[in-house]
Amino acid sequence: MASVTLKNISKRYGDSPEVMRDINLDIADGEFVVFVGPSGCGKSTLLRMIAGLEDISGGDLAIGDERVNDVPPSKRGIAMVFQSYALYPHMSLYDNMAFGLKLAGKSKEEIHKAVTKAAAILHIDHLLDRKPKALSGGQRQRVAIGRAITREPKVFLFDEPLSNLDAALRVKMRLEFSRLHQDLKTTMIYVTHDQVEAMTLADKIVVLSAGRIEQVGSPKTLYHHPANRFVAGFIGSPKMNFIDGVVASADNQNVVVDIKGGGRQTACVNGESLRPGDAVTLGVRPEYLQLDSEDPSIGGTVTTVEGLGDFSYLYAESPASEEPLVSRIPDTMEVANSSRVGFSIKPHHCHLFNKEGLAMPRTTPAQSRNGSPALTS
Amino acid sequence: MNRSASRNLRYGLTTALAWTVAILVFFPIFWMMITAFKTEEQAYQLSVFFTPTLQSFRDVFARSDYLAFAGNSIAISVGVTVLSLLVAIPAAYSMAFFPGPKTQKLLLWMMSTKMMPSVGVLLPVYLLWKNIGLLDTLSGLIIIYTLINLPIAVWMTYTYFCEVPKEILEASRIDGASTWQEIVHLLMPMSLPGLASTALLLLILSWNEAFWSINLSSAHAAPLTVFIASYSSPEGLFWAKLSAASLLAVAPIMVLGWLTQKQLVRGLTFGAVK
Repeated sequence: MASVTLKNISKRYGDSPEVMRDINLDIADGEFVVFVGPSGCGKSTLLRMIAGLEDISGGDLAIGDERVNDVPPSKRGIAMVFQSYALYPHMSLYDNMAFGLKLAGKSKEEIHKAVTKAAAILHIDHLLDRKPKALSGGQRQRVAIGRAITREPKVFLFDEPLSNLDAALRVKMRLEFSRLHQDLKTTMIYVTHDQVEAMTLADKIVVLSAGRIEQVGSPKTLYHHPANRFVAGFIGSPKMNFIDGVVASADNQNVVVDIKGGGRQTACVNGESLRPGDAVTLGVRPEYLQLDSEDPSIGGTVTTVEGLGDFSYLYAESPASEEPLVSRIPDTMEVANSSRVGFSIKPHHCHLFNKEGLAMPRTTPAQSRNGSPALTS
Repeated sequence: MNRSASRNLRYGLTTALAWTVAILVFFPIFWMMITAFKTEEQAYQLSVFFTPTLQSFRDVFARSDYLAFAGNSIAISVGVTVLSLLVAIPAAYSMAFFPGPKTQKLLLWMMSTKMMPSVGVLLPVYLLWKNIGLLDTLSGLIIIYTLINLPIAVWMTYTYFCEVPKEILEASRIDGASTWQEIVHLLMPMSLPGLASTALLLLILSWNEAFWSINLSSAHAAPLTVFIASYSSPEGLFWAKLSAASLLAVAPIMVLGWLTQKQLVRGLTFGAVK
């Protein structure tokens, strides 16, 4: 087991400008870290640089105490599971898992012991004579993980390992990844574009965008205290509502915002850096945007109601927001399309972003690391 | 009913056309085969009914050392195939998995050398071969054939290697495989159908190559193409003997082609149909 440290890592291809820059990250020993971000944000490239499959253009990468920039992949003490599984199609599962050990010159007994142990962990011991093409997607994924386990790596690297599986299997395998991490207690780095995987698996999430780290933190920190508008919009599904407005008054506890199209909303954030008249964006998650006919701060017209069984999502057009506002409502509530509705937001449920998209620090009790108004109110 | 009738008609017409083309292609070979078993007099008659004789074969064996020519043909074809693959596999590996900005152009340039008429370089090659002592040697022929066939060998292996997912080789690199181990343990077994058809094609091409063998060899290294050529003119047209010699020359490669035709077609259309 080992920690992983990235210091000022950058990546460029040939003479073209840097596609990744200033990547600084500390991954503690035994931590489950998830890299998440939209397509093309550089998360897979970063993982491949840690694996040694891509050259590092600048900065230092250390696994444990050793700088490994110029160490070949097989000597870095890592094992990688690929999105496409990358099993050796002409070899039996046993040989697939034994290949690395054979190359390392291990004895037959050692190999047999390692392979059967990994196969038992993953419940594939009855399949070892088969070839990959005789297996289902989930089984292939297990073999790929088994191949990684037999190497007894210091760090596991997973490159979107679940994206080729169907939804039901994905949930099942996600739980297995959790269990695997609990059993092995090895450092794991996991790349995904699926924020549900990120939220459920990670000790620490790294949100990337356009080759830069936007924020690093626990899933709850990212959800309740996003550092900027990008992270706020990326984490959470459906995404956070963004409402345009102008600062009416601000102090170090509260900011009052005049909402575009009428209405006024207080947000519990530290607004010391804001001045009255500054353009800002209010952020509120769908579960906290509440229907309110008595004292609404925002008005809108219902366009769609999506019933999901135990609750529904209500979509409403509003002059305050470019995109339709989304509100989570109980499924017992009947709302007709095209009807006028009003919403209100509790001040401590508001996020506030300045013109540059940076979040104002929230001043609610939620600032304690794990507690949050979402869980207490 | 109407639709199925027209489908049947179309099917019938296509089948008839396919048979016509097949017969047209096969007819000269068929005619050569029966002529080989005729006497010289019968060879001028168009009849397909005659008493078969092995006289022409006896004459051919008496006149020239068939086995020596055949041995040369085998040695050259196998030598060319092995040498070409030895060069083509590493070349295609580097082009397929570590392409540079000019890789595609390089491939096209290699293929473009096939468009050059061989006769254009005959004289320089002849003089070169003469000066370095490669004229009428097996190694001389193997080298020139390899050079001629290398573009095809590289192109074909490159196409097959491109079908191999990059991640599999990356996985093996993480497992600790060296470049050599990657090629031998993964790439070659995984593209075996493609490599087999490349090898077959190389065998056939070098077996059939006549231009360079006739010009660069005479007694020692001459393969079967030279053997047939020696029957064509000096003694007038002895069709039965010529046919017998030709049949002897093409028989081995035809049998090989017949046995491996499925493999050959599969390899040549590999990657074309998903």
